[in-house]
Amino acid sequence: MPEFWVNMGPQHPMTHGLWNMRVKVDGETITDAEPEIGYLHRGYEKIMEVREFEKNVVLTDRLCYVSSITWSHVYCLAVGRMMGVEVPERGQWLRVVSLELQRVASHLMWLASYGPDLGLLTGLLWALRERELFLDLIQLMSGMRMNQNYPRIGGVRNDVPENFDAMCRRSIEHFLGKLKGYEKLFHESKIFLMRTQGVGKISAANAIDWGVTGPNLRACGLNVDLRRLDPYETYEEVDFEPQVWRGADGGDSYARFVCRFNELRESCGIILQAFEKMPKTGAYRTKAPRRAEGEGFARTEDSRGEALFYVVGDGDDRPYRVKIRSPVFSTMAATPILLRGNKLADVVAILGSVDVCVGEMDK
Amino acid sequence: MSHGGESAPLVPNLFDVCKVLTLAILGLVDAILDGIGAAIPPLGPPLAGLSDFLLGNFVVTVVTWIIAMTVILLWATLFNLLTVMWLERKFYSRIQDRYGIMISIWSLPFWPFNRRDRPTHKGTGYLQNVADGLKLLQKENLTPATADAAMFHISPVLIASSTLMLLVALPWSSGFYIARLELGLLFVLAAFSLAPIGILIAGWSANNKYTLIGGLRAAAMLLAYEIPMILCAIALVFSTGSLNLFDIVEQQERPLIDFGLFAIPAWYAFGPQILGFLIFTVAMVAEMERIPFDIPEAEAELVEGWTTEYSGMRFGLLFGFKWLRMIAGAALIVTMYLGGWSGPVFTRLYVGNIPIPVFPEELYFLVKVWLLCLVFIWISWSVPRIRIDQILQIGWKRLVPYSLLAVLIGAGSRVVRP
Repeated sequence: MPEFWVNMGPQHPMTHGLWNMRVKVDGETITDAEPEIGYLHRGYEKIMEVREFEKNVVLTDRLCYVSSITWSHVYCLAVGRMMGVEVPERGQWLRVVSLELQRVASHLMWLASYGPDLGLLTGLLWALRERELFLDLIQLMSGMRMNQNYPRIGGVRNDVPENFDAMCRRSIEHFLGKLKGYEKLFHESKIFLMRTQGVGKISAANAIDWGVTGPNLRACGLNVDLRRLDPYETYEEVDFEPQVWRGADGGDSYARFVCRFNELRESCGIILQAFEKMPKTGAYRTKAPRRAEGEGFARTEDSRGEALFYVVGDGDDRPYRVKIRSPVFSTMAATPILLRGNKLADVVAILGSVDVCVGEMDK
Repeated sequence: MSHGGESAPLVPNLFDVCKVLTLAILGLVDAILDGIGAAIPPLGPPLAGLSDFLLGNFVVTVVTWIIAMTVILLWATLFNLLTVMWLERKFYSRIQDRYGIMISIWSLPFWPFNRRDRPTHKGTGYLQNVADGLKLLQKENLTPATADAAMFHISPVLIASSTLMLLVALPWSSGFYIARLELGLLFVLAAFSLAPIGILIAGWSANNKYTLIGGLRAAAMLLAYEIPMILCAIALVFSTGSLNLFDIVEQQERPLIDFGLFAIPAWYAFGPQILGFLIFTVAMVAEMERIPFDIPEAEAELVEGWTTEYSGMRFGLLFGFKWLRMIAGAALIVTMYLGGWSGPVFTRLYVGNIPIPVFPEELYFLVKVWLLCLVFIWISWSVPRIRIDQILQIGWKRLVPYSLLAVLIGAGSRVVRP
């Protein structure tokens, strides 16, 4: 049979959103791959130029619909740095708590979608069940389950309700107990190991060259975590371990899975620490000016990698230019390397482990 | 429970029951014709001839066959199929914490035990699958413009009819069957291997890349798994010395260890055939195309595999008959290795020398079949899907050698205990 192209998208159960992964197959083996991005392009960078700084927070929430807070946070951080606004200490801690809650919720969404990618629908329903805990916490904090609109330039929108730390502790305790079930479902399953180990390999050098960041890069064995390398907010005071693949041959689907999975535990630890270390009372937000001139730059460790915002103001009440670096967009460039030589069924197993979010990829 | 020199058990035979029913119907028709003949004298002689024909051997036999096959069909599809689909939905909902299907499927509008405080929590959800089938019946039946329409339409019929053929030979109890075939095991295995042709036709004729890959995967996989299945059947035949499914079950009815009131029966799965039993079960999971062996319709990468282009009731047929194949496969395993309709507890009371059934044999059979189905369901919702090359590796490099070993063991047990 001659080689032919198979479209994995734009309307396909595999795609986690609206994009097309074209793969060229020889029988069942992939000889070439080509990501087609642009079905969900909304022109974020241009839209943001015509809106006031404060109003753009709403937009950045929608960059990634499963990881809203991290995206609006990096925007607020960049604009705050441009304006020279100092965030109060309690505000910084609240930001850390919200970021980590969002990271856990986002990783659980990834875990949920990775299950059916491998044919394991039970993973989907279990992970979504646990995600409800964290969505409830986020809802208590911000009033919303999705698109929370919580970070503000110079702080956060509102303080957390009373007893929020106790609620977090209870939920996290329950969640950490449940994680053992996931280890039985995934780590201890022979078939799961067969499907992920040694599949979709990328070397550390290739990963750096192609701009892969975040958990996908840490899975190659590199200790790269912006919360440590370029600390923002109060991450310096938090004691945590970036999850890096320590084994001999990393960079495959299994290493990516393990790094992400262990980050669930690590993020829960950060939340618990934050409640011990944050001041009990105090301001959570300082007033930010309406107009600003200069340039602001911020990069943070998003759930999927390095999120970057570069904002230029020209003295008006809206940005002159905005540049967004999306981690998934860069990672997509490396997908042909990940996919070549694997089987057709592995397309799903590999792209699921990369954790695609089309909203931020297309911007 | 063997009691020497017993007479035939008092189990109602399906054909006897159907024959009584046929004679009753035809007798009623005959009486009506006689009445008409008496009321209108000129019509008397031709009607008398007609009633003679109706009560003749030919018509009675044909009508009995039709009724018997209808009974088996309704039994298999309306009762067993719906029950197993319902069992699957309930069971995987328990595994997955799915509140929807677990508690709140609204099923019977006249359910007498409504809980008024929780209006959604009523019914058992048994009719949900009927509702789904009705929905599929209403849907438009699409044929792709580029498809080979004749082949595309033949394939569901081929798959459905080859699955129904299985029901001809499978014995539900010592009396509840259609045909007592001397080569029943061979017939069932042959009927099982017809479906891959239908799958290949479906995948090819739809003229779609996903269906084509799905069809070819099905062909490659089912070919690899037919061989260990048949080798295991050969190993079993070494022990049984017969291909007749009834003989195979009757051989398993004797006790292995007798405790008086109940006995551990000598099922083949408990003996040296256990290796064959395990391999046959694994191969049967592949034959049913369930996770972890459901690569022909791996929805993650192939949308819906070879069923992608089917819609409406054609899809419904293919979808529903997967469960019927599961039931047939489980029934075959139960018949071959798990003692068929014989139960561990006493099934027959003996009055003198005449055995009277206490529990219906069908009940034992159904319990075993459904438990086996639950095991399949349990497996398929707790493991991921295996890749095609890994499946073929397992088939050719593991199952075939092990099934050859099973053949060796079967032959050896024949030599040791002739």
